[in-house]
Amino acid sequence: MRLSPKQSTLLVLAVLMIASPFFFPSNYYYRVGSLVFVNAIAVVGIVILTGYAGQISLGHAGFLGIGGYACALLPAHFGLPPALAVVAGAAISGAIAYVVGRPILKLKGYYLAVATLGFGVLVSMVLANEGWLTGGPDGIKVPDPGIRALLEQVGIELTNPQFWYAFCGLVLFIGAWLALNLRESPTGRALRALHGSEVAARTAGIDIAKAKLNAFVISAVYASVAGSLLALQNRLITPDVAGFMHSIELVTMAVLGGAGSVLGGIFGAALLTLLPQVLTVLQDYEHVVLGLVMMGVMIFLPAGLIPSARRLLRGRGE
Amino acid sequence: MSDLLQFLVSGVTVGAVYALVALGFTIIYNASDVVNFAQGEFVMLGGMISVAGVAAGLPLPLAALIAIALTAAIGVALNTFAIEPARGAPVVSLIIITIGASIFIRGVTQIVLDKGTHRLPSFSGDDPIHVLGATVLPQSLWVVAGAVAIFVALWLFFTRTLTGRAVLATSNNRLAAQLVGINTRFVMTLSFALSAAIGALAGVLITPILPTSFEIGISLALKGFAAAMLGGMGNPKGALAGGLLLGLMEALTAGYISSHYKDAVAFFVILAVLFAFPRGLYGSNPVERV
Repeated sequence: MRLSPKQSTLLVLAVLMIASPFFFPSNYYYRVGSLVFVNAIAVVGIVILTGYAGQISLGHAGFLGIGGYACALLPAHFGLPPALAVVAGAAISGAIAYVVGRPILKLKGYYLAVATLGFGVLVSMVLANEGWLTGGPDGIKVPDPGIRALLEQVGIELTNPQFWYAFCGLVLFIGAWLALNLRESPTGRALRALHGSEVAARTAGIDIAKAKLNAFVISAVYASVAGSLLALQNRLITPDVAGFMHSIELVTMAVLGGAGSVLGGIFGAALLTLLPQVLTVLQDYEHVVLGLVMMGVMIFLPAGLIPSARRLLRGRGE
Repeated sequence: MSDLLQFLVSGVTVGAVYALVALGFTIIYNASDVVNFAQGEFVMLGGMISVAGVAAGLPLPLAALIAIALTAAIGVALNTFAIEPARGAPVVSLIIITIGASIFIRGVTQIVLDKGTHRLPSFSGDDPIHVLGATVLPQSLWVVAGAVAIFVALWLFFTRTLTGRAVLATSNNRLAAQLVGINTRFVMTLSFALSAAIGALAGVLITPILPTSFEIGISLALKGFAAAMLGGMGNPKGALAGGLLLGLMEALTAGYISSHYKDAVAFFVILAVLFAFPRGLYGSNPVERV
């Protein structure tokens, strides 16, 4: 039996997720693993926006911030259970993306970049400055969602990092599955068509404005969920999550791994999340190495790591 | 009244720096269609290297000259090793390359120089001048005069010299410029050197007022980028107008509304301008080639 690219991607992902813990010497590795998954969820959203539809966003961390703060503020002010706050946060992010996306997505290239950048900066500034609501630059506490306690009652005992590793991994898996399905759906094909040529896509009867907006809203929801999960597992959220550098990191992860492919995006997320962990040994050289990696990959492997590697493998096979 | 005047003075001072950063963006954008997010690092390098020079016992003018020359060389290296090899790459890749370059430059500065915050001595003393109830630092005059001098010099360069016209020709149409015998590679190198040198000079001028450290580049780059966009990317006049406008708006917001939202209003106005004029204030009409 031959696997379709979708099935093979999901299989690789599942195997890696399940097999990795056997090599984890301590709980700390579960924690790093779940951070990888959280970033990867947001990056899958960027893959849909940038990789499928070819639109840039330098402000997506803003949606992470919205999702994260939703988990802190909605339970505190409206008594919403934290788990439901994730869903509510995603809905709010989606709604904001819908409103903001309409005018922003008319812009192209660098203009789109600066507009999304402005949006992200504004979100992070509001989060940092409205201390009465958000706790200011020091951040705000996030309640426990209580899922782990629920699992304990049915006899599944996990340490906190283990639980978040499993939970974020599951969410990532579902997110990747949805993104892969989207790729081959009429919506996904419309996105890829307008990536190739907007004029050609319009001629073929695609409502470009609507298709772009779809991609923007979907990717905002991914980012929001990632932000919520981050807030819930850290039990704390700070405005840094929504900052400019975080937006850049997300885009870099997506493009580094290969923006066109879900697996590439996830791989990029893993690489850039693990790199600083490894580089803490080098401390002062962290920025130097990160900068070199960013430049080097883009110059020598412009398609990203995974698509370039795939091409290499295929080239051998023939 | 004197409040307003005070805000205008500080707005014009900061605005002049933004205008210079925006001008740097414009020069590189015109030559290569690249928005160079490492532009702010040039300003940082100008300040940091002069500080190191002064600390090593050099007289300030010499230290400043060395800083400007070194930064120009770094600009050329950026073009040769990072931008030229990636010619024709999509916008996202170019953004990541230049941001990577800016992180790299920041990292190297932090190792080679240091992580501290530094100030340069003012060029002509710290005694404020009183004008109509507002106080003006002599250094502010240096900043504004420096910016004016650069804009005039560049205008002369672009309109009166053969090399300057070659740069303009290249930015209009690279292929056509090549066909009439212009060395477009040299134009690229020259543009990066010029842009880096202008950034470094801005850094030298402003460091007596705003302390510098290895981290200041990124926010300057964002503001300069925003100013360039505000004026319309690729237009030197737009860079000047956008920079000054941004500086003034920030100062007035900080003065009359809230200093917390000083930076926010800049981006807010940019969003508003982009929605109303999707190509900036001085931008040309978009024509898409099919």
